Amino acid sequence: MSVSKIQKDFPILKTLVHGRPLIYLDSAATSQKPRCVLDAMDEYYTTMNANIHRGVHALSEQATARYEDVRQQAAQFFGVFDAHEIVFTKSTTEGINIIARGWGDEHIGPDDDIVVSSLEHHANLVPWQELAKRKKAHLKVIPLAFDYQLDYDAFLSLLNPRTKLVCITALSNVTGTPPQLDKYITAAHAQGARVLIDAAQGAAHMPFSIRKLDCDFFVCSSHKMYGPTGVGILYGKRELLQACAPLIYGGDMVTTVDQYSAQYREIPWRFEGGTPNIAGVIGFGAALSYLAALGMDTVYQHSQELLSYAHEVFGAFSNLTLLSPMHHPAIALLSFVVSGIHPHDIASIFDSEGVAIRSGFHCAEPLHAQLGLEASARMSFGVYTAKEDIDKAEQALKKALKIFK
Amino acid sequence: MDLYSDSILDHYKHPHHSGVLKKYSGRAVEYNPLCGDTIQADILMDQKGKIKDVGFIGSGCAISQAAMSLLSDWLIGKTSSEIQAWNTEDMIGLLHVPISQGRSTCATLGLAAVKRAVSKKV
Repeated sequence: MSVSKIQKDFPILKTLVHGRPLIYLDSAATSQKPRCVLDAMDEYYTTMNANIHRGVHALSEQATARYEDVRQQAAQFFGVFDAHEIVFTKSTTEGINIIARGWGDEHIGPDDDIVVSSLEHHANLVPWQELAKRKKAHLKVIPLAFDYQLDYDAFLSLLNPRTKLVCITALSNVTGTPPQLDKYITAAHAQGARVLIDAAQGAAHMPFSIRKLDCDFFVCSSHKMYGPTGVGILYGKRELLQACAPLIYGGDMVTTVDQYSAQYREIPWRFEGGTPNIAGVIGFGAALSYLAALGMDTVYQHSQELLSYAHEVFGAFSNLTLLSPMHHPAIALLSFVVSGIHPHDIASIFDSEGVAIRSGFHCAEPLHAQLGLEASARMSFGVYTAKEDIDKAEQALKKALKIFK
Repeated sequence: MDLYSDSILDHYKHPHHSGVLKKYSGRAVEYNPLCGDTIQADILMDQKGKIKDVGFIGSGCAISQAAMSLLSDWLIGKTSSEIQAWNTEDMIGLLHVPISQGRSTCATLGLAAVKRAVSKKV
């Protein structure tokens, strides 16, 4: 994989920040977009802009075909046979909320258990907290074990016949831990529980075959996968989606409507009420093609190599604590704390050197509390990230250490 | 101009009016949920309604802690209405470094605590 060639595909990387070349190490928050994604959306707006699923005129048919093609493409990308199991959402968060409301309200009852992991982003925690409150169910948490891993044995002891749902991340946005999903899914299924995988981070860095994984629900976002913001994917097994009520009611999701009631369309369209983000979905299609051309195995390897290199470079500083597995697989990002310097100050000093990183809780406040931290700094990688970018981050770190010495 | 001026770093490392007051007329805690920064401000008013003493404890970034330290020096002798009129721009003026919009909540965390502390009666 030629990073210098890839960098040429991303126009924003030519931007200067404070007069210095942009070093973008915040891809876990959102990735940058390649020219082909911008062109695909531009092409839609300049040559076929029309609403979908309702016109018989040429543009509407063309736009509908392109939109539905992306559904097929996404099914293929994630190893799903039946494209009708792919719902377009506006975000990972919306996908999780559709399941929490539409499926959870029907299938979770008093004293049932919902299991989440302690690595979860707020998006895969708060909807389950609320569901547990509404249904008087119990929220159980898989604790952390050594080396930023989930405690699998503790997970097994949490499972029981009242466990209805297990919600787990494919890749932590704080520690870069990819839990071994197949083990969790097999054990959960043995108890009759359903499993939701939050692949918001994972989908940009690792290959997935949902069919092989056999998870029940799977959610991710376009904008972390080099596509535009405002588009996400919800996968659900056909029979589960059919047993799930829509979250958004209105136009485009109905078959017949009389004055006092309505009939709803088949899956997946019953979940896509209102005019969807057509340009965004078409842009996402271009992003999926871009990733498929690179090959997700290659993307994974690149992500792993960058993190190994970052471990080497940042591990050499004795006053740094790396919030990252050292003895288990990890990819995509490196969070850290520096003794005596607040993460906000680290991020501001990095920014003054043109290096964009994240500081704060990264929407994972309970995890930070568990680690005894108020906040952390995080650098995260994309397909355009080069080892030299990590060297630039090291220079910025040295500057921070000098200022606060 | 650099965000981390000598003055900011000095106030961060050696904060003025650091610590809790044994006797205070108002106390308030402000917390920034976005970054976890915390400041607890204690205020002691005199008979004439002017600030006689101030103390604070907190944790967070250099900007939030230095801003509170600088503010604590300015506060002595001020009245409640003078404090309530003090705003974000005034805080940036006190810090005397360029504060971006993203960091302005750091600059004003202590001020928010102080404003609540002076409006409270213990």
